[in-house]
Amino acid sequence: MADNTYYDPKDLRKFGKITEWSEELGTKFFDYYGKVFEEGALTAREKSLIALAVSHVVKCPYCIDAYTKDGLQRGVTKEEMMEAVHVGAAIESGATLVHGVQMMNKYNKLSM
Amino acid sequence: MATKSLKKQNAALAYTERQLEILSNGIFGSDELPTFAKKIKETNQFPLRPKKLEVLQLNLGYMCNQVCEHCHVDAGPDRKEIMTQETMQQCLEVIKTTKATTLDLTGGAPEMNPNFRWFVEEASKAGIKDFIVRSNLTIIRANKKYYDLPEFFKKHNIHVVSSMPHWTRGKTDKQRGDGVFDKSIKALQDLNAVGYGMPDSSLKLDLVYNPSGAFLPGDQVSMQKDFKKALLEDFDIQFHDLFAITNLPIARFLDYLIASENYEDYMYQLVEAYNPMAVENVMCTNTISVSWDGWLYDCDFNQMLGLKVASKVKHISEYNEEVLNNREILISQHCYGCTAGAGSSCQGTVA
Repeated sequence: MADNTYYDPKDLRKFGKITEWSEELGTKFFDYYGKVFEEGALTAREKSLIALAVSHVVKCPYCIDAYTKDGLQRGVTKEEMMEAVHVGAAIESGATLVHGVQMMNKYNKLSM
Repeated sequence: MATKSLKKQNAALAYTERQLEILSNGIFGSDELPTFAKKIKETNQFPLRPKKLEVLQLNLGYMCNQVCEHCHVDAGPDRKEIMTQETMQQCLEVIKTTKATTLDLTGGAPEMNPNFRWFVEEASKAGIKDFIVRSNLTIIRANKKYYDLPEFFKKHNIHVVSSMPHWTRGKTDKQRGDGVFDKSIKALQDLNAVGYGMPDSSLKLDLVYNPSGAFLPGDQVSMQKDFKKALLEDFDIQFHDLFAITNLPIARFLDYLIASENYEDYMYQLVEAYNPMAVENVMCTNTISVSWDGWLYDCDFNQMLGLKVASKVKHISEYNEEVLNNREILISQHCYGCTAGAGSSCQGTVA
């Protein structure tokens, strides 16, 4: 079945393999990635929720799987997870809707 | 939510041979993932051998008032296997002479054993440094005859270790059954009321957290911080330490993993999180586990898989610490559960 789909959940386990075809860039990426998610000015828990929201906005099924599990491991509740998804959705729809101003500007400019 | 044990249902996984078969075949049989033996050979840690004995863990029986979905004991009200007074007597002889510094009573709900109080009174006379009773909390509120358990524990300076899967009702009840959360909260308040878990109290109250699903526990220190904050703010409850324990893929948890199609992913997670440092301190190296009928095991998990110690001495009636200490520890793929990440044991992380 998996052969006929673009996304196979098992492929997430192979993510690290991208380094095999470009070791320097792959290693730099994973080092950077690891560093980003370390406890810093933001807690690792807050970062995990941001990652979950972004995962939805960029519609990455691998990321959604990974950060739902990550949230569960951190004791994040489903209410917190869903609120994070709504934050992503609100920004995404806001980004669409704010272009309505452009539409209005154009409409007004073209109209007598 | 399960209401009957696998044993009562006569389910395939009630048979330990079937569980061991699953753990040895599939992704491990095909070499897709390395077996535990192969993995510890990479770091020259094979065979696993005991170090200094520290913990004597006695399982007083598989009877329990709860039927938790993740239970590796497959415990429940329908389990009738409980330790007899005669076996307890044999245990007492061992307790008097053991070099172990921790005595750890577990179950099922150990308090449901009719000789529980007598046994605790007798065992406490031996003066073992750390005397633990693993209490599921709800038992304290299950029946009037248990209401005075906090006082009883206090009288014998018992170290209470209790399970609490989450600080929210929903998650707790989903794993452990309806009403478990409220009863657990009340029981914790009762324990606090007699002095257990208070900041400077010598009456130790620790909580055990284990994930309610096919994922690994998060960082023990941050989980403890979250638990403390939530339980104090919401219920004015205090406790000492939180032990984060990984669910091992055996018994009811294995059944759940297979039924929910999470087995392979879970095993991948465990293998990927393998930490050789955790192998160094894995609990089977400092523990002897005794079953309700007196047989000896490397740990509680091996007990549930029916893997008796690989030693000439196999039963409490012939107990000999020196001989036991020369054994090799029996392993299978469930052992990855104790070596993932920061490691896992009945006392929490090990690395």
